[in-house]
Amino acid sequence: MADILFSRPHFIAFIILFLLGMYIMVVCLNLVKKLIGMYIMQTSIILFFITLAVKADSTIPIIMPSVSALTPEAYANPLPHVLMLTAIVVGVSTLGVSLAMVLALYRQYNTLEEDQILGKVK
Amino acid sequence: MTLFDDYLLLFLVVVMALGAVFVRDLFSGVLTLAAYSFFLALLWAGLGAVDVAFTEAVVGAGLSTLFFLVALFLTSHKEKVRKQAQVRIVTLGSLGILGFLLLFGSVDLPVVGDPESLPSKHISSHYLKNSLDETNTPNVVTAVLADYRGFDTLGETTVIFTAGIACWMLLRRRDDSST
Amino acid sequence: MIRPHDSVIVHTLARVFTPIIQLFALYVLIHGHDSPGGGFQAGTLFAASFLLPIIAFGIQGSLAALEKRAIILGGVGILLYAGIGLLPLLLGGEFLNYGKLPIPGMETAALRHWGILGVEIGVTITVAATAVSIYYSLRERGEGQ
Repeated sequence: MADILFSRPHFIAFIILFLLGMYIMVVCLNLVKKLIGMYIMQTSIILFFITLAVKADSTIPIIMPSVSALTPEAYANPLPHVLMLTAIVVGVSTLGVSLAMVLALYRQYNTLEEDQILGKVK
Repeated sequence: MTLFDDYLLLFLVVVMALGAVFVRDLFSGVLTLAAYSFFLALLWAGLGAVDVAFTEAVVGAGLSTLFFLVALFLTSHKEKVRKQAQVRIVTLGSLGILGFLLLFGSVDLPVVGDPESLPSKHISSHYLKNSLDETNTPNVVTAVLADYRGFDTLGETTVIFTAGIACWMLLRRRDDSST
Repeated sequence: MIRPHDSVIVHTLARVFTPIIQLFALYVLIHGHDSPGGGFQAGTLFAASFLLPIIAFGIQGSLAALEKRAIILGGVGILLYAGIGLLPLLLGGEFLNYGKLPIPGMETAALRHWGILGVEIGVTITVAATAVSIYYSLRERGEGQ
């Protein structure tokens, strides 16, 4: 059990961040705090994918034309990088739309706390 | 990156995330979130993902902090202090079970840094071998993003444009006549 | 309407930094082939170079009307991307196959190189326009009743 905990620090950090983000989204009653939790959750998943793309003793995936191309084992895996570029930009778009929704709610009910909004709706 | 750098940056990232969450003033929380983004970008640059680190530093730490600060500037930035700390037993229990399941499943994942792991075979090695000859582009990530997987990038650009339109339409006022 | 910032330091630094950020954004876009970079980073840096003087000096009159219509440029970027992808389709190839673009005298690898650059320019225009537009929506239309 101890070797599971200490040989994979990246996965442990991913699990802590993911669960922290999910806990904040469920428990906190302030809307902007919930969005902070959502952002932490999204970036933790990106950390997980980047960890899968690491290769030991490898360099960044840019092939210099002056040096002949090395074997594919010498470069980091570029495919998860591409997927995560898309994920980051889509995440920030989602954040922009969520903040617009928070502002529209504030304009209507003048508060940012979820229980007060639910009380005013009823 | 040595193992000590890995451990240190991971520890700092987790501490920053905890700080962004457990602080009472929302302005400070958002700025701690920006610091969390920057440390995460450092970690990814150390792991070899330089394009992702660049994008996270510019888009994640720059743009999302700006949006958060504008939204907080127009609303209140103090979180309401609750009388007693509400600890949700059911949430903590189910998240504990989920964490245990994730730990249990991570045993089967490949060792970090293994060059023979399954995600690195098949098409990824094809891209690394052939992208310089076929596209004249040394940066493999740009070649895959814009050429081999160009359709996904078209969809992603449409998503960004749709988000801009959605923000516009969500905040429409009653006297908006010219939009 | 946002009022300009009072401090001389903010004014001077914004005046100095805005052209530097724009130059860096152009560099990141064009050198996305040889070094880390590309369309998304360059688009956000362009947006930052527009937002910094807006925040520091305020915005009035015709510039405010320009900022309101910034979202239209987002559509121009996607049209550029889809247009570069549609041209090979009209000439017998597949959609987004840059090797069959109708530019004379280049072989397939060079055509794909320039196709990637054109597509990244489209992405940059869309990302910059959308970032400025979201900022405008949140700030100008998010307040009050």
